[in-house]
Formats: sequence, C-alpha cells, structure tokens
Amino acid sequence: MNTATAEKLETPAAELAIRTQKLDLWYGTFQALFQVDLDIKNGIITSLIGPSGCGKSTFLRSVNRINERLGYVRIEGTIDVFDKNIYDADVELVQLRKQIGMVFQRPNPLPASIRDNILYGHRLHYTGKRLSRSDQDDIVEDALRQVLLWDKVKDRLHRKAIDLSLEEQQKLCIARLLPVQPQILLMDEPCSALDPKGTEAVEELIWELRGKYTILIVTHNMAQARRASEECIFMLMGKVVEHTATEDLFVTPKHQETANYIEGRYG
Amino acid sequence: MEMFSESLLNKKNKRIQSLYRSLFMMMTLLLILPVLVILSTLIYKGGSIISVDFLLTDPINGMTAGGIFPALFGTVWIVTVALIASVPLGVAAAIYLSEYAGDNWFTRAINLAIINLAGVPSIVHALFGVGAFVIFFGFGTSILSASLTLAIMTLPVVIVATKESLEAVPIAFREACWNMGATRWQTIRRVVLPNAVSGILTGVILEVSRTTGETAPIMFTGAAFFLPFLPQSVFDQTMAMSLHLFVVSTQVPNVPDALPYGVALVLIAMVLIMNSISIAFRMHLRGKKKW
Ligand SMILES: Nc1ncnc2c1ncn2[C@@H]1O[C@H](COP(=O)(O)OP(=O)(O)O)[C@@H](O)[C@H]1O
Ligand SMILES: [Mg+2]
Repeated sequence: MNTATAEKLETPAAELAIRTQKLDLWYGTFQALFQVDLDIKNGIITSLIGPSGCGKSTFLRSVNRINERLGYVRIEGTIDVFDKNIYDADVELVQLRKQIGMVFQRPNPLPASIRDNILYGHRLHYTGKRLSRSDQDDIVEDALRQVLLWDKVKDRLHRKAIDLSLEEQQKLCIARLLPVQPQILLMDEPCSALDPKGTEAVEELIWELRGKYTILIVTHNMAQARRASEECIFMLMGKVVEHTATEDLFVTPKHQETANYIEGRYG
Repeated sequence: MEMFSESLLNKKNKRIQSLYRSLFMMMTLLLILPVLVILSTLIYKGGSIISVDFLLTDPINGMTAGGIFPALFGTVWIVTVALIASVPLGVAAAIYLSEYAGDNWFTRAINLAIINLAGVPSIVHALFGVGAFVIFFGFGTSILSASLTLAIMTLPVVIVATKESLEAVPIAFREACWNMGATRWQTIRRVVLPNAVSGILTGVILEVSRTTGETAPIMFTGAAFFLPFLPQSVFDQTMAMSLHLFVVSTQVPNVPDALPYGVALVLIAMVLIMNSISIAFRMHLRGKKKW
C-alpha cells in the first residue's frame, strides 16, 4: 500500500538474526557480560528474562552499539548481525542502527507532533526527491496502522506526541521505527512504565508484529515472556543460563537456577 | 484532653516557626531594599532630565549639558559587535563540550578554564584586550577591540548558559534519534537545539545586559571620553554609556546634578528592560515546553 517508502530491502535469508560468540563486556573495570553465546533466530520473537542487573539491557545495547556512547565500555568476542560482524571496520553505524530499531523502558517520543515523530526516521534516511504530502500521509498511516494506533489518533496527527497516554506513546515509539524498515526490533522492558491494560495492549501489538520483524524483548514479566515469545533466554549475573523454546523453558527448565527464578516469580 | 487539640509543644514550635519566617522575610526585604533605593533615587534626582531630546542629542558645553546620543549609540554598537563575536563562538563551544567531547582530562581542563575565565576581574580583561586586540592585532582603540574584549569576558556566561540548556534536554530524546540512525549532528540540529533555544537565548540576553554596564574593559580598548562625531565603522572609537557616566560624575567640573543621575537612569533602564525581556521570554518558553 505504501509506494513512498524507500526500496524495501529483501529480508536477509539468514537463519540467525543475531549471533554472539564469547561476548564479554566491561563498564570500566566492572564486567557486565561473561562469555555470552547466543543465537537469535531470524523472524521470531525471543524474550530475555532474568533478575534486575543481570545484563539484559547491556546485551541489548551492544547489539545496536548504542553502548559506545559511554567512552568506558569495552567489548571482547563477536556480535554478528545477519552474519556480519558489527564491529568490522566497514560497518557504518548509521546503517546498522537503521536495521535495528530500539524501544525503551520509558516511552520517549520526540517533543514534536505525532506525525513528525513518525516521519523523523524516514526524513533522516530518505534521499530521493521530496515526497508529496500525500505520500508522507501514507507513511504515517501505514506505520500507525501497524501499531494499531491509527484509528485512535488519525484526527490529531498534529497534536504533540507527549500528550498521548503512555500506552499510546509507547506504540508511537514503535511506530516511528517502522518507516525506515528495520529488520530487528530491540525492546527493553517496553511495558514496564504502563498499567496492566496498557501492557496488554502493547503485548498484543508486539504479537501482531510477529513474523514481520525479528523481535528481541527484555521483560520482567514472566507471564509476558511466556505469552508473547517463541524462544526465551534466561540470564543470570551476566551469563546466559538457558536458551530454548519458551514453552520448554517454563515447563521443563534444564537448570536449577532457571527453575528457581521462574518459581520465585510465580509464587 | 482532646486528641487533636494544641499541646504546649505545638505552641512553642509555632512561635519559633513564625519567628524564623519573619526573619527570612526581613532578609528578603533587605535584599530588595538597595534596588528600590537606587531606583527611586535615580528617578527622583535624574528623572526630570530625561526626555526624547536628552536621548537623541549630543552633549554640549563640555558635556555639562545636552543629551547622550553618542554614548547611547556607541553602547548599542559595542554590545552588538560583542554579541556577534561571542554568541556563535560560545554556543559552538558549548555544543562541542556537552554533545561531542568525552569525559576526559582534556574536557575537564577546558571546563575548568571556562569557570576560571568567568572569575577573571574585568580590569584584567581590559589589559588583556589592550595587549591582544589594540596592540597585537593592531585594531587600535576601536569598537572592535572593545567588543572583542567584552566578548571574551562574557564568553563563559554564554557557554555555561548554553551548556545548561543543552544538558536539560533529556538524554532519552538523543537516544531515540541515535537509534533511528541519526548522526550526532542530525540529532543536535533537529532535536537538541530546537529544545534548548529558550535557555540559550536567555543566556544571551543576560550577557547583553551585563555587557551594557561594563566600563573597565572598554575604557582602554575603544571607548572615548568625548567624541564630536559618531563612529563610522568598527575601527573607530566611540563614546559609551558606562564610561560617559563615569566621566560626567567624576571627570568634568560644573556638571548639573541631574545629568549623571539621568545617564545612570538610562543605563539602568537599558539593563532592566533587557533583563525583563529575558525573564518574560524564559517564562513564555517554559510554559510552552512540556516533557
Ligand atoms: N552505564 C553503566 N555504567 C556502569 N555500570 C553499568 C552501566 N549500565 C549498567 N551497568 C551495570 O551493569 C550491570 C547490568 O546492568 P543492566 O544491563 O542494566 O541490567 P538489567 O537490564 O538486566 O537490569 C549492572 O550491575 C549495572 O549496575
Ligand atoms: Mg534493564
């Protein structure tokens, strides 16, 4: 339906979206990740669970190299995204980030209108000739429809994004990633600032996006991981303890720590 | 005894509380007292001399009569040129320091230098201005030299105000942009600066008002006691309000009482007006901002 967006990159045929090998990460002298080996499959939803401080956000933030902003972060090992080591010299950060969208704990819409929020990413990367208004409208509509927000906001696209409810803001933050057509969406506890109803709505949305994007979602909420992911990773103190199909992890955890964690949270 | 009735201890605490309250209020009043006294004295003694003519004519009779136009004109010149020099420099430096520079010894050294620059007495700036701009760069005693001296003196204000307003823009906005593949500059240009502009402008206006009243830094670098003509370019000397006030109050005999007060009143009015604009502006933009 959307002719205006830039050439759609064909989804890489790669079986793995993200593969890390022996990934160690230090904040200064503090080691936050230890020998992380993970194969995250292309095209599915993988959830990442574990107690607070175990390195979930750290892992997520290494995948799009946003950690680099902190001058004192050091990494050893490799991170491959679609079979390409993202620390290779010929990797352009802007292109990498274009392929990997990120959603944060607190919704962070830009201080601009709903419409401008959606178009921001597109404007950054689009090099063709200026789009007509109606083409831009198409992009906005397409993105908002994908996040199930269109019907709610279609009459107030020029209103400030900050005036939306938190749930709507978070959906908007997901929506604004879509026009640049990322392959991977990283979500860092996207529902933790929302009330139960909002959580449910955003979860539903994430499930809706299944198949279109590779999604890696960090969550504190065990039920959420169970409901809304196909594979699940359990981390503890910077190490990966277990990574299997979600159902298996919750029903027949192979490791005692996993079982403890799951039970503790359910109890 | 009633459960909620006042106890002796309550009573005592209340007395102490009201004592401190009035004490602090008195301090506050004491604080604004000088301002009120200065303003009312100026208006009382100098108000009578203020007129459109006073603002728009030259001084005559060895500066004992007439108006202040050349001084007013010169101050506007000096301040404008100082702004043109310091604002781009200060804003650029602040952007570098808060958006690009890493947290290392070099950045810390620069920040320290800026803080120290703010503490340098204005007379030292004046001497520096003479050495650097008047003599070394050969600009002579001119508006340019005076303005550059002022610019350097007020640079820390601009840098600090800009840095503060840049840092007030939440990091979440930046991360949102970076994660969509925006470069640092795209982020700054489209998101950070538009949201910091109110604070930056406030800093700039504050700087203007400070610059307006400075005397020492321009005295040796570009401001003249008396000039029978207006400056034609930045390479000319000029009269200026602050120096003119100094001159008519201490250097010229037989000046009528009202004249220096009048000059002072105009000078202070300029500063107050600019400060009010700055405050009104900040309130306006703050009211609009929401995150
Ligand atoms: N910017 C940082 N600087 C230093 N240490 C950090 C930083 N961010 C996280 N850490 C540390 O790294 C560990 C993992 O943090 P994080 O990845 O945020 O955990 P999680 O997201 O699983 O709660 C924690 O011990 C935390 O204190
Ligand atoms: Mg976290």
